[in-house]
Amino acid sequence: MSEELVTLTIDDREVSVPKGTTIIRAAESIGVYIPRFCDHPGLAPRGSCRQCLVEIPDAGNGRGFPAPQASCTMTVAPGMIVKTQMTSAKAKAAQAGIMELLLINHPLDCPICDKAGECPLQNQALLAERVESRFDGVKRRYEKPVPISSQLLLDRERCVLCARCTRFAEEIVGDPFISLCERGTHQQVGFSGEQPFESIFAGNVVQICPVGALTSVQYRFNARPFDLVSVDTTCEQCAAGCALRTDSRHGTIRRRLAGVNPEVNGEWSCDKGRFTLASVPAEQRITTPQIRENGTLRPASWPEALSAAADGLAGGYGGDAKVGVLTGGNLTKENAAAYASFAREVLHTDSIDFRTRQVSDEETAFLRQQAPQVTYADLETAARVVCVDFDPEVDAPIVFLRLFKAVTKGKLQVLALGAQPGRTWEKLRAELVSGTPKQALKELDLTVDDIILVGERAAATPGTLDTISFLRAKWAWIPSHAGDIGALEAGCLPQADGLTVNGILNAAMDGEIALLTDDIELFAAEGALAKAFTVSLANHKEGIATAADVVLPTALVEEQAGTLVNWEHRAGVVNPAIPGTLPTAAEVLARLQAVIEAYRAYTREDDADFEDYEDDDDYEADEVSGFERPEEPPAAAAPPTAAAPSEPEASDAETTSEGEEVPA
Amino acid sequence: MTELLTPILSANWGVDKSWTLKSYLSFDGFEGAKKALKLKPEEVLEIVKESGLRGRGGAGFPTGTKWSFVPQDNPNPKYLVVNADESEPGTCKDMPLLLASPHTLLEGIVIASYAIHCHTAFVYVRGEVAHVARRLQAAVAELYAAGWLGKDIQGSGFDLDVVVHSGAGAYICGEETALLDSLEGKRGQPRLRPPFPAVAGLYASPTVINNVESISSVPCILRNGAEWFSAMGTEKSKGFTIYSLSGHVAKPGQYEAPLGTTFAQLLECAGGMRAGHELKFFTPGGSSTPILTPADVDIPMDYEGMVGAGTMLGTKALQVFDETTSIVRTTLRWSEFYAHESCGKCTPCREGTGWLVQLLKRLEAGQGHEGDVDKLLSVCDDINGLSFCALAGGAVACVTSAVKHFREEFELGYTTPAWEAFPYELSTAWAGGAK
Ligand SMILES: Cc1cc2nc3c(=O)[nH]c(=O)nc-3n(C[C@H](O)[C@H](O)[C@H](O)COP(=O)(O)O)c2cc1C
Ligand code: SF4
Ligand code: SF4
Ligand code: SF4
Ligand code: FES
Repeated sequence: MSEELVTLTIDDREVSVPKGTTIIRAAESIGVYIPRFCDHPGLAPRGSCRQCLVEIPDAGNGRGFPAPQASCTMTVAPGMIVKTQMTSAKAKAAQAGIMELLLINHPLDCPICDKAGECPLQNQALLAERVESRFDGVKRRYEKPVPISSQLLLDRERCVLCARCTRFAEEIVGDPFISLCERGTHQQVGFSGEQPFESIFAGNVVQICPVGALTSVQYRFNARPFDLVSVDTTCEQCAAGCALRTDSRHGTIRRRLAGVNPEVNGEWSCDKGRFTLASVPAEQRITTPQIRENGTLRPASWPEALSAAADGLAGGYGGDAKVGVLTGGNLTKENAAAYASFAREVLHTDSIDFRTRQVSDEETAFLRQQAPQVTYADLETAARVVCVDFDPEVDAPIVFLRLFKAVTKGKLQVLALGAQPGRTWEKLRAELVSGTPKQALKELDLTVDDIILVGERAAATPGTLDTISFLRAKWAWIPSHAGDIGALEAGCLPQADGLTVNGILNAAMDGEIALLTDDIELFAAEGALAKAFTVSLANHKEGIATAADVVLPTALVEEQAGTLVNWEHRAGVVNPAIPGTLPTAAEVLARLQAVIEAYRAYTREDDADFEDYEDDDDYEADEVSGFERPEEPPAAAAPPTAAAPSEPEASDAETTSEGEEVPA
Repeated sequence: MTELLTPILSANWGVDKSWTLKSYLSFDGFEGAKKALKLKPEEVLEIVKESGLRGRGGAGFPTGTKWSFVPQDNPNPKYLVVNADESEPGTCKDMPLLLASPHTLLEGIVIASYAIHCHTAFVYVRGEVAHVARRLQAAVAELYAAGWLGKDIQGSGFDLDVVVHSGAGAYICGEETALLDSLEGKRGQPRLRPPFPAVAGLYASPTVINNVESISSVPCILRNGAEWFSAMGTEKSKGFTIYSLSGHVAKPGQYEAPLGTTFAQLLECAGGMRAGHELKFFTPGGSSTPILTPADVDIPMDYEGMVGAGTMLGTKALQVFDETTSIVRTTLRWSEFYAHESCGKCTPCREGTGWLVQLLKRLEAGQGHEGDVDKLLSVCDDINGLSFCALAGGAVACVTSAVKHFREEFELGYTTPAWEAFPYELSTAWAGGAK
C-alpha cells in the first residue's frame, strides 16, 4: 500500500502505476500492447531490438523527445504523455521501419518453422502493416540448424538477436553456456561444441525465443500450434509444483511448456518437467489386469483379477488378512486419500507408508508434525537459507531458481550441510558447512529470519531432524516426489501403532502380511515381494509389476484430474491432458472394496444359497451385490464373477490367516 | 597565416625525444600538477570549470561540470577513465599527442584524479596502436620512478595508480559505456543509461570518462590560469584545440589553433588544396559529422558554429576532398566502416548499415535501380534517432548529408559506374597534380 504511484497518460488515457514501472508494462496494465522482442517480464530490460518505440511528446517536464523512445527501458514519470502505435503515426512508422529492418535478413521460412502460428515475429510483422519489404538484396546465411545441446537446435538465420536466451542463461539460471558473439551483422548466439548448453533449465529458451531460432529436438516438426489441444496442469516430476501447459494432438502429448504461476515457478520450468511427455512410455504401459500363474504373469479379466486380489488381501470369504500398504510418492492427493481410507476402513490396518526408502522413527515423528511454514517468497526475504541433505538443483529445481535469484539480486546467504562441492553450490555462492548436522546446526545460531530446507536423505543421519524441529529457524521438508506431501497430508503414514515401510517389508519377508502397493520403486524390497502376496496398482511393466501377484492397471497422471501438493503444502491442480481408458487408483480401490465387501457379505449367506445363485438362470448379479457382470474389462466397478470365489487357490501361502481373524 | 596557430599541446612535439620525462620537464612539465596539489581538490575543479574547457571527444560537454557530477558521498572508489580509443575516420589527434608527449596526458590525469578524489585511473588505448600503448606504458613507468605516480605523490599525501589498457580494436569501444564494459573484460557494447557513468560506471562505481585531448588540456590551464585559457576561442567555445587536416591538402597534419578558426584559415595554414585542384567537400569532425561544402569555409569552427551549419564540431577531423573524388565511393567507404564497426546490439544499426552498404555498392557500380536514392534516404530515416547508441546516427549522417549536397551524383549510379565518372586513380596521392 505504501507503494508510490505515478500518474501518466498513455494513448489519451490516464493510468497510475507504481514508480519505476516501465512504459511498456504501464501500457499493458490498460490493455495496450506495444510490440516487443527483447523485452521479457522475467528478464532485465535491454532495449536493443527497438521494436517497442513510442512517441513521448511530454516527458513530464513539459519537454518531449524529438525521436521515438524504447518503452521497455524508459520508466514512467508524473505527467508524462505517451503515444503508442495506436495513436501516433510517428510511433507506428518507427515500428514499421524496425520491423522491415528485422526482416531483411530473416529467411521467412515459416512453412517449415515450428514457431509458425504462435510466432511473435509473424504476429507483430502483420500488425506493423507495411507488409511488402523493399529489400531486394542478399540475405545473411548460416548453416541451419546447429545443435547447441542434445535437446536444442539453433537456427541463426531466424534469430532476431533479442538476447532473451542468453540473458536467461546468465541471469536466471547462472549457466552462461550460450552468449552473443561477433559484432554487427555477424552477431549471433554463440555456443561451444566442447561445452554444450547443458543446463537443466535449458529448455526454457525454446519457449521464450520470440522466433523459431531455438527449437527442441523432441517437438521439431511434430505439430502445428493450431492443431494442439492445450491443458493447464501441474508437473508430476518433483515436489516443486510447477504450473505446466500440456499440448497434445491426436491424443498424444507433443510437448510441455512452463505455465505461469508467479508464486511458484514464475514462468520457468526445468527440463525434467518439460521434456517428460508421457509419465510411462506407451510400450512400457500395462493395459490389462494380470495374475501370476506358475511364476509368470498372464492377462486376466477385471473380475478375475479383482477377486484374486480380494482373496489375497481380505483372506478369502470372511477372512481378514494382515496387509501392509505402500503408496509411493507419485499419486495425486485424491488417490493417496483413497489408499489411506482403504487401508484403514477396508483392510483395517494402520500399516501404510508413502515412503519407499530407508526411514527412521525419528523421521516418522518429524513428519507427523509437518505443517506449512515456508513459501517460495520467504526464500527471497530470508537472511540465510541452510540446505540440509538437500540439493536444490536436483531435488526441486525451482527452489534453486529462487535461491539463485535471491543470492544474485538480493542479500541471501546460502549454506549447505551434508553437501559435496559442486557447480550448484558455486552458483549459489554457498558456504559448505562440515561436521555432524546436529552439531553444525546448533553452531549456526539460526534465528527466525533463517530457513532450513531439509531433504529426505536427512533420515539417514540420526539427530538431524530432531535438532531441526527445536531450532528457532523456520523449516521445510522437501521430498523428492510430486505426490509425497499430498500423501503425507492424506494420511499415508502410520498414525498409531501401524508399521512403517521398514516394518511392513520385514513382516512381509517373514510371511506375516500381504502387500498392497501402488507403482512404487522397488528399492531393496525384492525379497519381501517374492515372499508376500502382493497386489499392485501399476501402470508400467518394468517396475513393481514384475514382482506382483496381481496387477491392476491404472490411469496415468496425465489422464486424470486431481491435486498435487508441493513442498510448500500448496495445492496444484492436475487436469487430464489426454483421454484414457483405465480407472484411477481411487476407482480401482473402490472396485476392490466392493468385491471385498461382497466377500464379507457372502459370509452371512450360506454356501447352498451361493450354489443356488450359480445354477439359477434368472440370476441377477445386481440384486445380490449391486453390480453388473461384464465379460470385458469394465469401465465401471467390476463385480466378482460367480466363478471367482470358487477358486481360492488363486491366493497363495501368505494368506494363511484366511478365515481365522474374522471380525464381526 | 601561421601566426594564427597556438602550439600549446603540440609545442614540444618537434624536439628530440620529446616523449621522455626529461624533455617534458624542460617545457614546464608538471608545473600545473604541482600547483594543483597545493590547492584543495574542489578549488582545482573550480578552475577547470571557470576555464570553460569542453570535451574534445566529440560531444563538447563542459569538462568541469562533468567532474562535479561525481557523487563524493558515494562509498565506492571513484575512477577516471581516459578515452584513447580514437577510431573515427579522419580523426588522428590523440595518437600523435600520445606518441610525442605522453606526459602531457599523464600530468592531466594526476590533476583530474586529484580533483575528483580518484586513486586509480585508466587509459583505454585502441587495440591497433601497440606502439602508442608501449610509449604510454614507458612514460607511466618513468612517473612511478620519479614519484609522480604511486603512493604519496611528491609528498602531497595523494595516491594514484595509472593502468594503461589496450582494447581489441573496435570503434564502438570509444563510446563511453561500451568502453567501460570492454575495460571490465566484457564484450564492448553500449550500456543502458541510466545509470550514468558518473553514478555507476566502471565496476558500478562513480566514473569520469574524458577524451585524451580534454585531459591533456588541463595542465596548461592549471599552469596559466583559467582566464588565460578562456581568453582564447569564442564566447561559448573557449580555448584552443587540435584540428586534424587530411586528404587532398598540400600539407596534411595537426594544426593547433583557437576554437572558432575557420576552415579557410586552416586550409591556408595547410598550404591550400593540392596543386591544381579545388575543394569539393569536407567533414568538420570526422565521418560521423554531416559534410560541408565550399560554401561553408568561412563559418567559425567551434561547437556553435558547426551546429548552426547543420553539422557538428565532432573530433575536428577535417577530411578534405577535391573535385576528383566520387561522393558515392566516399560514402560507400564510410558506410562500410560503420557496417563493420556496428556492435550488432540494436536492430536499426545492425541491419540498416548493411542494407545501406548493399544499396551504395550497386550505385557505385552504376547498377542502381530507379528509386534507390529515395530508398537510401528512407532507410536512413528508419535508422536515425531510433538506435541504441550514437554510432548509427553517425552512420546515417554521412549518407544523408552526401545525398543532400550531391544527389545527382548518386542518381548517376543508376546508369554509370562511379569509377567511370570519377576515375579513381585521379584522386590518389600518386596521381600528381595533373587533372
Ligand atoms: C560510436 C562512438 C565512438 C566514440 N569514440 C570515441 C573515441 O574514440 N574517443 C573519444 O574520446 N570519444 C569517443 N566517443 C565519445 C565518448 O562516448 C565520450 O563522449 C567522450 O569520450 C567523452 O569525453 P569528453 O567529454 O572529454 O569529450 C565516441 C562516441 C561514440 C558514440
Ligand atoms: S535465439 Fe531466439 S531468444 Fe536467442 S537471441 Fe535469437 S531470437 Fe532471441
Ligand atoms: S522443477 Fe519439478 S515441478 Fe518444476 S518442471 Fe521441473 S520437475 Fe516439474
Ligand atoms: S547503434 Fe546499436 S548496433 Fe550500432 S553500435 Fe550502437 S548499440 Fe551497437
Ligand atoms: S522490446 Fe524494447 S527495445 Fe526490444
